[in-house]
Amino acid sequence: MPLGEAAILEQTPVSGGYCLLRLAAPELAAAAQPGQFIHLRIPGLETTALRRPFSIYRAGAGELAILYKRVGRGTDVLATLPAGTRLSVMGPLGNGFPLASGDRLPILVGGGYGVAPLVFLATRLPRKGVVLLGGRRAADVLCIADFEALGWSVEVATQDGSLGTEGLVTDLLGRHLDAGAPPAELFACGPDGMLRAVGTRAIAAGCRAWLSLDHHMVCGIGACLACVQRLREADGSIHIARVCKDGPIFEARTIVWEDPA
Amino acid sequence: MTTSASPSLAVNVGGIAMQNPVTVASGTFGYGVEYADWLDVRRLGAITVKGIRLEAWPGNPLPRHVEVPGGLVNAIGLQGPGVAGFIAQYLPRLREFGVPVIVNIWGTTVEEYAEVAARLSDVPGIAGLEVNVSCPNVKAGGSAFGADPATMAGVVAAVRRRTPLPVIPKLAPNVPAMGPFARAAAEAGADALSLVNTLPAMVIDIERRRPVLANRVGGLSGACIHPVAVKHVYDAAQAVKLPILAMGGIQEAREAIEFLIAGATAVAVGTANFIDPSTPLRVIDGIRDYLVRHQMRDVAQLTGSLAVS
Repeated sequence: MPLGEAAILEQTPVSGGYCLLRLAAPELAAAAQPGQFIHLRIPGLETTALRRPFSIYRAGAGELAILYKRVGRGTDVLATLPAGTRLSVMGPLGNGFPLASGDRLPILVGGGYGVAPLVFLATRLPRKGVVLLGGRRAADVLCIADFEALGWSVEVATQDGSLGTEGLVTDLLGRHLDAGAPPAELFACGPDGMLRAVGTRAIAAGCRAWLSLDHHMVCGIGACLACVQRLREADGSIHIARVCKDGPIFEARTIVWEDPA
Repeated sequence: MTTSASPSLAVNVGGIAMQNPVTVASGTFGYGVEYADWLDVRRLGAITVKGIRLEAWPGNPLPRHVEVPGGLVNAIGLQGPGVAGFIAQYLPRLREFGVPVIVNIWGTTVEEYAEVAARLSDVPGIAGLEVNVSCPNVKAGGSAFGADPATMAGVVAAVRRRTPLPVIPKLAPNVPAMGPFARAAAEAGADALSLVNTLPAMVIDIERRRPVLANRVGGLSGACIHPVAVKHVYDAAQAVKLPILAMGGIQEAREAIEFLIAGATAVAVGTANFIDPSTPLRVIDGIRDYLVRHQMRDVAQLTGSLAVS
């Protein structure tokens, strides 16, 4: 796998502190699979500053794009970098979402910037389905136009009711998982609480849910063991997986959620 | 004297013949195989693997790390596959790399350290044992054995009795003076010293008024600890004749060369591996360039070359 460099093509503010970053990265773009991530070194931070992982939002035609939110020092600096800046990039990393066979209706569930890898997934799944998007407020609901342009049906929930239904994105799952609904397969990315709720509902409904975990990472390649996750194997045994290397996508049944801190 | 000949980088660390003086710090390079896709590991002087105890060990709850200015505080907690798991899962592939493999060992009792050493001595492909008497992240074992020279020496002696392999205790930096520890390790039969482990550290989330790390405390590594490590290496080199494997904050060749001048025979790249996996190779090249620039034929000329007026 290459430890390469990629030049920033363009950075565009999206809304509510979110940014779209496009990179010229032909090899990465060609190799990238939905659900995988890239590990960026952010210039301008001190030499010991760790890399930052970002889900891949779009990949193709020699370009790779990420969608990120300014949440701290690293992303604050990243947002200031002009076009032409060369970034050290490791990737694509991680396992990625399995590409469903098409015999089940795909339901994508995204919270906040967790929606980014789901856009990429929607471009690759063999069958179009339903996207459920959630956020605290309207500005946190991203990429509606992306999914509609791809021919997906979009439903929205916001906690303040400023867009779509008032409530949580998981509230939208109900009728799609009813006994009478077509057999579904879930793909989700977002905060832990959302993922856990999606997993619980999927298990109750007897369908699979592929959840993209967002643990803080260090090395990104499975060496340091900073981002581990306990998994339950089919035989009931517990296995400690590395989110960066064995994940970040895991099926809901395998995840052993830690009790709330 | 010809200046065109490439200087010799080969070193011997307590019986471990290395093609160059650069290895990696335990815990920052997995079991070697994880990094094989990211750099030519066959170019390393040695590969030092993550700490191994007798049985598999789950490590600490998350969060296990937090970034700080110039460094990283970690409390991974020595998660590992145990001796049998290491031998079965990792050692065959490690052997294929053709460079010396140094296994970092730990235990919760002196007897466990010795037993791990004995088990690893029975399999081919291991060049030496780094004895971790200084991990700040496990309650029993690790630093519990490294805080006092006599206790530390007891572990080293117990390991010494059970293995013919080179024994390299890895010492803690949070001691009043390194000399007594270095001398105690030498008297207990150590073949070399590994300096230093991480510094005990703590980071607090002020909004929640809670420790950031689930383990509450962790070990500080990275660029910020380098000057601390240089001082310890210098002190140890003054105290004993043992070869020293130095680590702490190497980002580029410059920091590695400082360690060599202070008295180290070899160095290990640690936290920098996470940020740029090619760092060890850059350090090797940088040391070679330095020797050429200073018209030195052998890296041994650099070791302990500090001029103190």
